[in-house]
Amino acid sequence: MSIFKKIFGRKSSKPKVVEIEKEEVTVEDKKIIVEEKEIKNKTMSEKIKFTIDGKECLAERGQNVLDAALDNGIYIPYLCHVRGVKQAGSCRVCNVKVAGRTMTACTTPVAPGMEVENNTAELRELRLTIIEALFVEGNHFCPSCEKSGNCELQALAYHYQMMVPRFPYAFPQKKVEADNSKILIDRNRCVLCKRCIRSFKDENGKSYFAFTKRGHKLEISMDKEIAANLTDEKAQEIMDTCPVGALIKKEKGFDEPIGSRKFDKQAIGSDIKSVV
Amino acid sequence: MRTTVKSIIEKYNNDKTRLMDILIDVQKEFGFIPDEAVEVIAEGCGLSKVDVNQTLSFYHFFTKKPVGEYAVYLNNSAVAEMKGFASVAKAFEEEAGCAFGEVTEDGKIGLHETACIGMSDQEPAAIINNVVFTNLTPAKVKEIVGQMKAGKDVKEMISAKGDGKNANELINAEVFNNIRKKGEVIFSDYEIGTALKKLGTMNPEEVIDEVKASYVRGRGGAGFPTGLKWEFCRKSEGTRYVLCNADEGEPGTFKERVILTEVPKLLFEGMAVCGYAIGSKVGILYLRYEYKYLEAYLENVLAEMRASNLLGKNIQGIEGFDFDVRIQFGGGAYVCGEESALIESAEGKRGEPRNRPPFPVQKGYMDSPTVVNNVETLCSIVKIMNKGSEWFTMMGSRESAGTKLLSISGDCKYPGVYEIEWGLRVRDMLEMVGAEDVQAVQVGGPSGVMIGPKDFKRTICFEDLPTGGSIMIFNNERKLIEDVVTNFTDFFIEESCGSCVPCRAITVLLRQRLQKIIDGNGVMSDIDELKDWAEKLKVANRCGLGQTAGAPVLTTIENFRDKYEALVQKDIDFDSGFDLEASVQASCAFVDRTPNL
Repeated sequence: MSIFKKIFGRKSSKPKVVEIEKEEVTVEDKKIIVEEKEIKNKTMSEKIKFTIDGKECLAERGQNVLDAALDNGIYIPYLCHVRGVKQAGSCRVCNVKVAGRTMTACTTPVAPGMEVENNTAELRELRLTIIEALFVEGNHFCPSCEKSGNCELQALAYHYQMMVPRFPYAFPQKKVEADNSKILIDRNRCVLCKRCIRSFKDENGKSYFAFTKRGHKLEISMDKEIAANLTDEKAQEIMDTCPVGALIKKEKGFDEPIGSRKFDKQAIGSDIKSVV
Repeated sequence: MRTTVKSIIEKYNNDKTRLMDILIDVQKEFGFIPDEAVEVIAEGCGLSKVDVNQTLSFYHFFTKKPVGEYAVYLNNSAVAEMKGFASVAKAFEEEAGCAFGEVTEDGKIGLHETACIGMSDQEPAAIINNVVFTNLTPAKVKEIVGQMKAGKDVKEMISAKGDGKNANELINAEVFNNIRKKGEVIFSDYEIGTALKKLGTMNPEEVIDEVKASYVRGRGGAGFPTGLKWEFCRKSEGTRYVLCNADEGEPGTFKERVILTEVPKLLFEGMAVCGYAIGSKVGILYLRYEYKYLEAYLENVLAEMRASNLLGKNIQGIEGFDFDVRIQFGGGAYVCGEESALIESAEGKRGEPRNRPPFPVQKGYMDSPTVVNNVETLCSIVKIMNKGSEWFTMMGSRESAGTKLLSISGDCKYPGVYEIEWGLRVRDMLEMVGAEDVQAVQVGGPSGVMIGPKDFKRTICFEDLPTGGSIMIFNNERKLIEDVVTNFTDFFIEESCGSCVPCRAITVLLRQRLQKIIDGNGVMSDIDELKDWAEKLKVANRCGLGQTAGAPVLTTIENFRDKYEALVQKDIDFDSGFDLEASVQASCAFVDRTPNL
């Protein structure tokens, strides 16, 4: 539920479904589609049964609990996970409970018969605590942020109906780096999720981004040489990968005005439930 | 500079997995790691500069600024504070003419604080250019600083030689073993190489069965059955590795230092036995940087063992039994004692614990099956091989076979290393070490539990009070919350890798709330909130460090709640802890106004 929608009385709009338009389906394309279906059918029979909050689910062999949940139309909130990228398990938002133990859904492979607890009062409280800790640890001033409405941290705070964090704000001094031509690094907003670190390597495996220091002094840094040679497309990709507004493409911050952005229209995770 | 750095990189074959060694050598060469060196390393190892910087900036002993020609690292652990840290630190600052965290203007002396350096039985202690100084007093500091100013070689500045092998010319340290009680396993007499000879009559599976039958469990603290670990590793395909965890970073632990000084061959023999059992040819001793002073001595021990065919090829005439050990130094990071963080570090990376699964026995060092065992565990193995698993299980308690080395420090007459049988009562232990008027005992270091007299009837063993070996004793004069819990919490804040949000952020919030209580602004609900947050740390973090970062707060609230209650205000329910008048004082003074509240 968007607060802006209420204030501005916008019409609720259906989520945009991105459709790949094809001019015409060739014989070659048909063949691929048939093959894909066959592969799908084959693996379907090897799927693993497990449950989330009592609901029966199916998972691919080796799939992690988070991806499997999403595929089954069940939303497990997360911040650091990127599908297809090596899991970090660092935000701890996707913590679920299996056999009495808390573990991150993104790093736990599904096992046959596994009983996963997800949407329980205890876990909701734990996740809210983590989100609140993130808010006080950084400087998150949503009204002035280019990512407001597209920000996953902000969306999670709405999701868990965070009013005011239980912790005192730290108001830390953070460095803003604007000395390369394409990307603005605003560490005030960084949640240290490692998405950028894990997602971007050059052809020789060199990192675009990396952590420096440790503990509460931890911060992200971008390689200056790599940053100097970024294309516009790459810069956009980087900005879109960041769940918050820590990595902003320079010169053009946004297309959509506040109030009509992704999470203004639809709460985070609500699209997942519509899958099945 | 470029050529020096280049030759260092070449020494390690331009191998990025040896980044730790490269950084150690560069730091030693220049007293810091300049940006230019980072550039050369990145180029030489095929890394980006941020890749090099991420490892560099993770470790306490790697720096981007000069640390001083004489770099003083004074330990600030809780026990050090009890034994006179403050007066020693003050003496250093006065004599050197600079504050801690700074270097003198001429660049000669740098003063730095550091976490426990494994000398809790002889605190206050400091490391200066890899030379250890123990039992420091302000008078001794005056003398040391005078010698530094005169430019004396730091090795010649020690005032006494330690006992046992500490006096060996390759160690030559002012460090004392303080072995107070020798037991049947680690410090019993034995003939070097007996276990290795015996391997000629056993196949690897039989060795693993013998280890399993001994019920020996990991001595690092977690207590995982060693035989099972070996079996899992052997069943995993790939080049296998034996890693020995000698990171010993838990404050108050120092028993591995004593093993490495007195019986290093026992350890290396144990590593070779493990190599035979799991089918590995490569062993790595991951040694904490604080024990760099043992390097020459240990390298010599390894050379001796190679010369007498206790390491190397076809060991003790057993065809195809090849095994050798190299020493990998850390760079100052407590979290590297966690086995997967240790592996990351040994691969030249930041010591961030990995997600599990996969477990190290499946995918460990270089993504290959790896056994990571504690020093004491591997030593025990040799004796199990020599005397049999049955002999081993005769000692100890129901679920904890054998003996345990305890590093005991704090308020007692005889601090030092004790080899005890598992199952010792805390009360008996306190009597053994000459501790009187005891208020609390910290079992297992800051990540363990703090217990009071009502629990002194409990026993030290995996099924009751498990410990990796750290025991700290506090008498009735100590302020547990103000001095101990805060010190432990500061330690966890400093040593968190920062990867998991709760460990990185909530530890800091715990510390702030503690301070609010200590400052007299606490209310009853603050105690419950502290407990709630610490409990969340326990479940929400990935590794042992994060999960136990709230343990000092949690176990003291459980066992010493009255001490917290005595500090908080009981007549009010809410106190923001924010003093408006004090907060605006500076700005009011600046504009020459009095606060108008």
